[in-house]
Amino acid sequence: MLTNKRLIAAHFWLAFIVFGAALVLGAWQMFVRSPLNTWHFNPEFYYRSVTAHGSAMGYVFPTLIAMGFGYAITEASLAKALVGRRWAWAGFFLVAIGAVVAMIPVSLGLASVLYTFYPPMVGNPFYYIGVVMVVVGSWIWVALMVINFVIWKRDNPGKPVPLAMYANVAGCLLWGWTAVGAALEILFLILPVALGLKSTIDAGLARVFFSWTLHAIVYFWLIPTYIAYYTIFPRAIGGRLYSDAMARISFIMFVVVAMPIGVHHLFADPQVGAGFKFMHSVFTGLVALPTLLTVFTICASAEIASRLRGGRGAFGWIGALPWSNPIMLATALSLVMLGFGGAGGLINMSYQLDATVHNTQWITGHFHLIFGGAIVIMYFAIAYDLWPHLTGRALDSFGMMCTQLWLWFIGMIVTTFPWHYVGILGMPRRMAYYDYANPAISPQALSVTMSAIGGFILLLSGLLFLLVLIRGQFGARGEAGAYRFAVPLHMPARIPLALNSFGLWLALMVGLTVVNYGFPIAQLMALNETSVPAVYVGAGR
Amino acid sequence: MSDQPLFSVRNPWFGISVGVTAAIAVLSAVAGLIWLPLAQPDLKLAGVWDAICSAAGVPRAAVQEASIKPDFKTSNVVMTSEMLTKADQVSIGRGATLAQRCAICHGPQGVSDAHSPNLAGQFAAVTYKELNDFKTGARVSVVMSPFAAAMSDQDMKDVAAYYAFLPRVPSNSLDTGRPAPAVVVTGAPMRNIPPCGSCHGDIDNKAGSPWLGGQSAVYIKAQIEAFASGARRNDISEQMRNIARQMTAEEIDQVAHYYEAQP
Repeated sequence: MLTNKRLIAAHFWLAFIVFGAALVLGAWQMFVRSPLNTWHFNPEFYYRSVTAHGSAMGYVFPTLIAMGFGYAITEASLAKALVGRRWAWAGFFLVAIGAVVAMIPVSLGLASVLYTFYPPMVGNPFYYIGVVMVVVGSWIWVALMVINFVIWKRDNPGKPVPLAMYANVAGCLLWGWTAVGAALEILFLILPVALGLKSTIDAGLARVFFSWTLHAIVYFWLIPTYIAYYTIFPRAIGGRLYSDAMARISFIMFVVVAMPIGVHHLFADPQVGAGFKFMHSVFTGLVALPTLLTVFTICASAEIASRLRGGRGAFGWIGALPWSNPIMLATALSLVMLGFGGAGGLINMSYQLDATVHNTQWITGHFHLIFGGAIVIMYFAIAYDLWPHLTGRALDSFGMMCTQLWLWFIGMIVTTFPWHYVGILGMPRRMAYYDYANPAISPQALSVTMSAIGGFILLLSGLLFLLVLIRGQFGARGEAGAYRFAVPLHMPARIPLALNSFGLWLALMVGLTVVNYGFPIAQLMALNETSVPAVYVGAGR
Repeated sequence: MSDQPLFSVRNPWFGISVGVTAAIAVLSAVAGLIWLPLAQPDLKLAGVWDAICSAAGVPRAAVQEASIKPDFKTSNVVMTSEMLTKADQVSIGRGATLAQRCAICHGPQGVSDAHSPNLAGQFAAVTYKELNDFKTGARVSVVMSPFAAAMSDQDMKDVAAYYAFLPRVPSNSLDTGRPAPAVVVTGAPMRNIPPCGSCHGDIDNKAGSPWLGGQSAVYIKAQIEAFASGARRNDISEQMRNIARQMTAEEIDQVAHYYEAQP
């Protein structure tokens, strides 16, 4: 039963408002850098827009979804009201105010540093302060989730923690630890320079700290999606989860190996040794395991549901699935995008293969397919599933929902496949302008035009999504009943301590961080003369 | 099984997970830090320890070969974006006195029609850098080098502060309606030419790049040509020489006249 509905709804609404605004910017960016637009604007606006789009989509939107969904999971799965309601609101307002504080200098052109804010580029200090506020707001959520988890375990000794809550806390712990890298970077390296106390910065060390956050943040975005796969999808299609233990092991593997792998973002950087790059590459490969486990478990769960509905044959059961159900559709489309995106990811994580696509549009295509595609489409599904419970009104525009999900899928494929292709042709990412009249670049014009059209399809789908939610606020009143999660095929009465707690996995996570990051960070901190003059963005204006 | 303490070798979850994780870490470390570096003949490693240090990224002394020194002086000024942006009144006043000797070419108010640079309102860091380069010999001019040779570091800062203090005066050829040439707005990416405006104003200003608005077209053209031919080479990291070499004669002409017409 959800008691703090306003708290949860506030998180989701703010998340989707931010998402809508950033989506408009994204579509505009696709347009201005495509051959559809004749060059007539200040390229600085493009970088402003990319910074705003990336910061909103990367930091604010998924964080709010994870927080809102986390509160919903806590109340629904533990069947008790959230402990720390006031703190939760404080966290929400910190995120909201932080987002505004960060976006003001970005809109003024004082912090066009892109959402990765790589030094030696340094922007207005308020941008970084805003980002820190968002992170601190989310840390309040991390603390609340852990506190609620611990209180429930104390009150229910020996009982297995519900899977949804266990996975939710796994995501919290992963985020709590992974956000430390960027926090250290901002507080100790960037802010002193942004505030004018120093004029040089150790760009290499800053990038290593950021890589600590930059890759695992993707898994933080991914965890709500995986929770939806495991605990919403089987229930929504009238089936059961194939294996509770397999699900827990997947989330545990994310906690342990998602973090000490970020250096694969720095394969082209000189400040990290080749040996450590190789080690990070190996562990990046390991992250494919929990995803493969998940794909197996979810497909098995779908088969169970289909056979319960009368599906037959080796493949005939696929046709018997409830395809008009938005959750079914969203999950299937999400898994397809995850498959393509994951395959591309295996190329990125390979030390040698990465060299052919590093910093090209391939990378932009990759993370839009995984995050914008596979992950965000499940955020839509979560919202559709949760909305009647938050509003107390029916959400029954199923045709619109399915249209919206198909449009999102088609839009994302049309956007990202040509992006991957032009990346292989060598098109660099993060440029406001390409001279398509040039014979060397003109073969890319058609692909870039296609991906811009994909961007407009995504914009249309996003607007349709908001329309469905708004209609949901005015639908017919009706009690949706208690919010339930999927039940496993075999409900565990007792489970091993290791699958019901996090101590061991936290120890392994921190241990692996020390092994994989300890020496590169210690060495960069000990080396002299590694700082370079900061390049102040927007200075002199 | 679940009754056993978690952090105990008797708990199989502990033993297996720690064992597997440690084994993967050790194997990847052995492969990444020892095997792969030793398998690369180009690295010329002295042994296992050398391989580990190399792969861990410990800085190693470069191969001792005599580096090729240029046969001319290079600029030794380090530019930062905050450099010389806060001048005090005393410095400006001293600069005004010192600048009297510059007035014959650069005008009493920092503006002249002599096709020498108009210095009124120029960034202090820019004027300072050029004076410094004239003094060290990184930039050579029959007229300017003797002047700069006698100036102290403080003199150069003061003169630069004074000219930065003077208001910019629009040139006689002011024509703000003139369309900007493509190379100013977009550069020419395939020839590695960034937009002129991304450093010299209009779009953005980068440390050390002069404000070009209202400068004599003759002067601008002469300097781009000097960069292209290599006669002038005090640009840090050879950035202007690389750009100027790629510019067509027509582009140079367009740029020179465009900037002359700007405020």
